[in-house]
Amino acid sequence: MNAVMATIFSASFLFSVIRLTTPILLAALAALITDRAGVMNIGLEGIMLCSALAGVVASAAFHSAFLGLIFAIITGVVFGLIMAYSALNLKADIILVGIAINLMASGGTIFVLYSICGDKGNSTSLKSLTMPSINIPVIGNIPVLGSILSGHNLLTYIAFLSVFLIWLLLYKTPLGLRIRVVGENPNAAESVGINVRKIQYIVLIISGVLASIGGAYMSMGYMDKFSRDMVAGRGFIALAAEALGTGTPVGIMGSSLIFGAADALATNLQVLNIPVQFVQMIPYALTIVGLIVYSVMRNRKEKKIGISK
Amino acid sequence: MKNKQSYSSKTIENRFEIFRVIVAIGISLLVALLLIMFASKQPLNALKWFLAGPIMTMRNFGNVLELFIPLTFGGLSIAVMFQCNQFNMAAEGSFFLGGLGAAMIAVGVKMPSVIHAVVALLAGALFGVVLCLIPAILKVKWKANEVVSSLMLNYIALFFGSYILQYMLMDPDAGYIASHSFPKSARLAVIIPKTGVHMGIFIAIVMVVLTYLFLYRTKWGYAIRITGQNENFAKYSGIGVGSTIILSQIAGGALAGMGGATQVLGMYTRFSWVSLPGYGFDGIIISILAKNNPKFIPLAAFFLAYLRVGADIMSRRSDVAPEVVSIIQAIIVVLIAGKMFLDTYKHKMIVKNSQRQVKEEA
Repeated sequence: MNAVMATIFSASFLFSVIRLTTPILLAALAALITDRAGVMNIGLEGIMLCSALAGVVASAAFHSAFLGLIFAIITGVVFGLIMAYSALNLKADIILVGIAINLMASGGTIFVLYSICGDKGNSTSLKSLTMPSINIPVIGNIPVLGSILSGHNLLTYIAFLSVFLIWLLLYKTPLGLRIRVVGENPNAAESVGINVRKIQYIVLIISGVLASIGGAYMSMGYMDKFSRDMVAGRGFIALAAEALGTGTPVGIMGSSLIFGAADALATNLQVLNIPVQFVQMIPYALTIVGLIVYSVMRNRKEKKIGISK
Repeated sequence: MKNKQSYSSKTIENRFEIFRVIVAIGISLLVALLLIMFASKQPLNALKWFLAGPIMTMRNFGNVLELFIPLTFGGLSIAVMFQCNQFNMAAEGSFFLGGLGAAMIAVGVKMPSVIHAVVALLAGALFGVVLCLIPAILKVKWKANEVVSSLMLNYIALFFGSYILQYMLMDPDAGYIASHSFPKSARLAVIIPKTGVHMGIFIAIVMVVLTYLFLYRTKWGYAIRITGQNENFAKYSGIGVGSTIILSQIAGGALAGMGGATQVLGMYTRFSWVSLPGYGFDGIIISILAKNNPKFIPLAAFFLAYLRVGADIMSRRSDVAPEVVSIIQAIIVVLIAGKMFLDTYKHKMIVKNSQRQVKEEA
């Protein structure tokens, strides 16, 4: 047990928590922005996977990590548009559209990977690049704290910066107000002249951008190559993080950190004598517990203000 | 009043649905065609194997029928749950656990043949029920989103199964991660020689009929469909919505679990699944293709099995990866689920028909 405690309170563990929180946080913010406008984006997993591949392929093709990131983001935007068109114009159930995107992504990325690399497992044969790591000047020199907070991938800092940006967008801009109104009551929004479809298009695009950065982080930061199904359910965990974070950017940062810690714990506890399967279950089991806690809290609140059916 | 030229709007709508499905399939195949052209150095060769491969030899066609069995189960399972408007994805995990449960009975207990297989199938169904029940209970009791909880449960089911396999069922002499081999008494016999097509195909057909009767000829099925279409209406007409949701997930879980059991007992001699088999997710595609109606599930399952086997043959005979099918599937799902897809055209047809009717009556 002492070994466990020593692991958990080490600087390297906390460093890995932040590292593993990054993709979940980005995807959870992507889930938040659509959810606030009343659309549930469960295609995040697939969007992340596709952008992870797009980033690797483009960075190898153009010998530039930044162009790789740009192409990953374009991929995310394209998928956001596809989702928006299918759900808002063709009136397909958005959950089914999300499922379709996820199903397409796990096979489609393998198809593209095989067509380009002749390999179905990973992209080792491509000379892809990673986004740079950043040493923060002053904080980096502080003992312990510096080794936890400094030296992360650029995309990690972008993820935490996004928390602030999304907060700014949602609460301090006219667009954010419209997004929240559409999510609260689309009919009321329509009646005061807000174009609901346009707002939902916008949030799905923003969601695509955030999820694609998360995907690019997986293949160009967390790892230095693409491998099949590398997102491993993080897009789904993000949905739970969003729910548990009570729909605010800061809350979501907290819940994402919890899931990041669970993920890091799963990686670190594998050295111990517990069957590895139970350790691997931790993030997923915790997600279910979190979902229940969130639902119970929400129901209580609804009862209090009397809108419960 | 009515003659051959004019139909009721309802008939037009029904016919139009079939037309819409065909157009959706056509468009997706066209996209696949373009992708193959793009990815292959000999696209015509690849296409030949893709489209005609499955009917070229009896063995290949046998492969289609083999795949038809689990896909039918997957489709039925999802259809029952989707009819109740529950997007429970745990069918995937239930399929896996169903296979595991059947393997545990097959390896763990001695019984006379037939009975052994039946007990193993029921055990599989029970395992499936347990998993699919969890998201349903969370939904009914706390309104917890079933999509998220069921997706998480799939991972938990996988790790649980891999634990059981590694610590309880594993045969150290197998040479790979696999259970001890199943005794003959528990296995489902092959019915078409030189292929792997087994008794499970009959079980699947029987289940199609039973599921159809359950959904469309019993009061429970009626309650499920009404709850799925309009929960408030169901509530006001005195249907117990909570118990109906739970019932539909029990039925769905049982079908998925039994599907997993059938697959494991029919196709393999040992249990060796170390990842989720995917038939639960395939069930979503099939169910949407079949409009959630058990009547059309076998057709949709056959279609998808044909595509998969065709793609597989193509990948062995050419330079195209079989995963191209996943792109076809996604397009089909989106176009069929899209209520407005080709809607203006439908509208025009109905208007034209009504105008004609008015003219005839005048």
